Amino acid sequence: MSGYSQGESGLILNEPLLWEKGKKGRCGFSLPACDVDEVCFDEALAGDGPDFPDLSEVEVVRHYTRLSTWNFGVDTGMYPLGSCTMKYNPKVNERQAGLTGFADAHPLLPEARTQGALKLMYDLEQFLKELTGMAAVTLQPAAGAHGELTGILMMYAYHKKRGEIRTKMLVPDTAHGTNPASGALCGYTPVPVPVSEEGIMRVEDVRERMDEETAGIMVTNPNTLGLFEKNIRDICAIVHEKGGLVYGDGANLNAVMGYVKMGEIGVDVMHFNLHKTFSTPHGGGGPGSGPVAVNDILAPFLPVPRVEKERDRYRLVTTYPDSIGRMMTFYGHFGILVRAYSYILSMGGEGLKEASAHAVLNANYIKERLKDTFHLAYDQTCMHECVFSDANQEEFGVTTLDIAKRLIDYGFHPPTIYFPLVVHGALMIEPTETETKEDIDHFINTLKVIAREAKESPELLKNAPIRSKVRRLDETAAARKPCLSG
Amino acid sequence: MRYLPHTQEDIKEMLSVIGVDTVEALFDAIPASCRTTKPMNLPAAMSEWDLNAHMDALAATMASSREYRVFIGAGSYNHYIPSSVPYLLSRSEFATAYTPYQPEISQGTLQGIYEFQTLVTRLLGMEVATASHYDGATGLSEALLMAVRKTKKKKVAVSALCHPFHREVLRTYLGPAGVEIVELPYGQDGRTDLAALEALDDVAAVAVQSPNFFGVVEHLNEFSDAIHAKKGLMIASFTEAIAWGLLKTPGSQGVDIVAGDGQSLGIPKAFGGPGLGLLASTKALMRQLPGRLVGTTTDLDGKRGFVLTLAAREQHIRREKATSNICSNNGLCAMNAAMYMASLGGSGFKRLAQINHNKAEYLKRQLMAAGVEIPFASPTFNEFVAKFPQGFESTYDRLLSSMVVAGLPLGRFYPELEGYYLLCVTETLSKTDMDQLVKEVTE
Repeated sequence: MSGYSQGESGLILNEPLLWEKGKKGRCGFSLPACDVDEVCFDEALAGDGPDFPDLSEVEVVRHYTRLSTWNFGVDTGMYPLGSCTMKYNPKVNERQAGLTGFADAHPLLPEARTQGALKLMYDLEQFLKELTGMAAVTLQPAAGAHGELTGILMMYAYHKKRGEIRTKMLVPDTAHGTNPASGALCGYTPVPVPVSEEGIMRVEDVRERMDEETAGIMVTNPNTLGLFEKNIRDICAIVHEKGGLVYGDGANLNAVMGYVKMGEIGVDVMHFNLHKTFSTPHGGGGPGSGPVAVNDILAPFLPVPRVEKERDRYRLVTTYPDSIGRMMTFYGHFGILVRAYSYILSMGGEGLKEASAHAVLNANYIKERLKDTFHLAYDQTCMHECVFSDANQEEFGVTTLDIAKRLIDYGFHPPTIYFPLVVHGALMIEPTETETKEDIDHFINTLKVIAREAKESPELLKNAPIRSKVRRLDETAAARKPCLSG
Repeated sequence: MRYLPHTQEDIKEMLSVIGVDTVEALFDAIPASCRTTKPMNLPAAMSEWDLNAHMDALAATMASSREYRVFIGAGSYNHYIPSSVPYLLSRSEFATAYTPYQPEISQGTLQGIYEFQTLVTRLLGMEVATASHYDGATGLSEALLMAVRKTKKKKVAVSALCHPFHREVLRTYLGPAGVEIVELPYGQDGRTDLAALEALDDVAAVAVQSPNFFGVVEHLNEFSDAIHAKKGLMIASFTEAIAWGLLKTPGSQGVDIVAGDGQSLGIPKAFGGPGLGLLASTKALMRQLPGRLVGTTTDLDGKRGFVLTLAAREQHIRREKATSNICSNNGLCAMNAAMYMASLGGSGFKRLAQINHNKAEYLKRQLMAAGVEIPFASPTFNEFVAKFPQGFESTYDRLLSSMVVAGLPLGRFYPELEGYYLLCVTETLSKTDMDQLVKEVTE
């Protein structure tokens, strides 16, 4: 069987590297005339200028247009990358971020001339507080991992202020790698907390490990198996009892908006991924934005500057003696904040709750329809994502990687693979709320076709993908002899 | 809601497959004690059109540099951005993809980032550049942490003329790691005091910004020699990338790591972010670099292709032993910068830098002729310090109301420079704009 229907195969064009094109003397830039005298630069300090290719505007435009056709984005098709929340990125948000008043605003303008931006930031902080029941928010962190670092620096500062230097941090086995890596920057040694047969943390396991040398625990809830940590309240109580703090990784917030407020269940500090939950484009790996919310006891440690409102005026305030300091040069990824703010206003409170409801509905539907085909690691109601494995396909010599690559031939972005680490050969599927039932059904049916292929003609999977710009790439060779520039 | 496609019929069908009656029932997986009982006090949904009007009104309060004449740089620079650049950047194949975990369907991003890395190495004269960092300050902090890891020394020297906010960020980063930061003062020439470095022992690295916060070009090679003699690493930072169109590269001056802001490379100022962190090093330090790196390889048919590589440094593999916790970087901003550099080309880049220099020198000359003090005589690039006459504050306010932002007051950052202003001129300001400023200032 061919397996491809009409319209699934595209035109694949070649395109050389930038410096394999162009001719000296071309320029793709409208250089302004100079209306003042030429002044030679001090010769002792002057260099030759960069060795860039000279290209015309049309060469540049074609170059990047062709490159773009080799990429798969959310606008191309379903992108069920687990824990990354690849939901639709609304176009109206791009309009707002591109408004001259925002895009062209210098960050050091006098405050009287930046009231709109400050109001937007202030209001966005209020929205994020309301969503999570936390006391205060900083919008400064540049991405999720940067938010984690911000939160952990605050935990560190909090303990230090109490005259304590703690050296350990509890990190569940299901955690993202960023959790232990963020902790390491404050010198915390991660103490792993195992996952139970139910796929969540046991209270006893936390009790055994938590002590007064441990700064706290980092919890992703729902966790990366897509399961709600049901014992979270007890876990928080144990950690607090020993003087520790609870860090909430907000990577999976898309599952529980309007259902759970992290501040009400014992979380002391958490980050948001605006590029996940709040629909801002992932940009091929960023820029993201990772605001951090805290409860009252951590609020004094928030980074500066903070946005404050006095009557009708907004100000940037730096006079917080216990603040951990600045996390970025300016105020965070403001352009991303504009998009997230625009998204929240488009959705409204009710709309956000409905988004979480549909995200959970979609994941459970996929779980239910595929659980007879693929091995389901933990068979129970999931939240916004579900985790399968390749255990059923092992006998045919087919792995998760092969399944993922074959999905590419059928026009889907593969799920997250081989994560979380606690599931051998994991296939972590997060459909998000913005996919239609038709597309979800098509995805499910495709995975069933692939499972059949795995049994009947595994070489189709082994050779996949065959319909992409390149076939499987030799990653070992790339790392053995790194060539990182041309 | 237009982003939520399910009809009631869809929901019904899906629920019957799952075997529950309502969507709410799926949330029974969450214990009642964890469910919030309070309604969310958030605004109701706005129509696209009401939202647009709301956003237009907020944006209208801002002093955008299309209407205002803004003589401020200081880490965020107003440069012309060709229309083709944001147009290309809005290709949703770039914008709506994520980190290229599946290289076969991410060759656009991967080749684009590989080209970016290459252009950055050529711009800075370095051997290796990363796929990007958040901004100059966070990149500089990581550079210093690299040096601490590499040399196993816990003291670093940082020029007082590194951007004040960069220095604040690196204090935030390095404090808990127990790294001592020694600040090198500046001299009367507006350059970092080399002798202060020579007096230090046991230093992991020195960080010097060039052009520095006063716009003055530093002698990076002298700092390289001094720090290498102490078996430490030389780190150069910068905030104005256009300067490298005219200046000797850091790579040609013995620099080991470069960390700078790439916002100047066609990225909107956007009230400070997202910008772009440029991070580059020698090959010897390649495996210490934080964050993503793209490299070349071949596919099964022997065709050239690109992949993320040297992942053994990164958090998703190495967890707490990673070189950094960074995951998402500023990938789309890196593409933005590459598109901009490709549009300018080598010849265009050099010319643009020259125009910036010509303009700033014109303003400097005119101010001096009008009796304004220029305290630092050393060569500068598109920014410089001027001391305005007593009582200038009221002139500053008057100019502001006529849509001119007359520089950045320096007293806030350097108390000894009360009454001094940092002025920036790029290709976007005309002779007329500058003449007007000079006239108002000296009136």
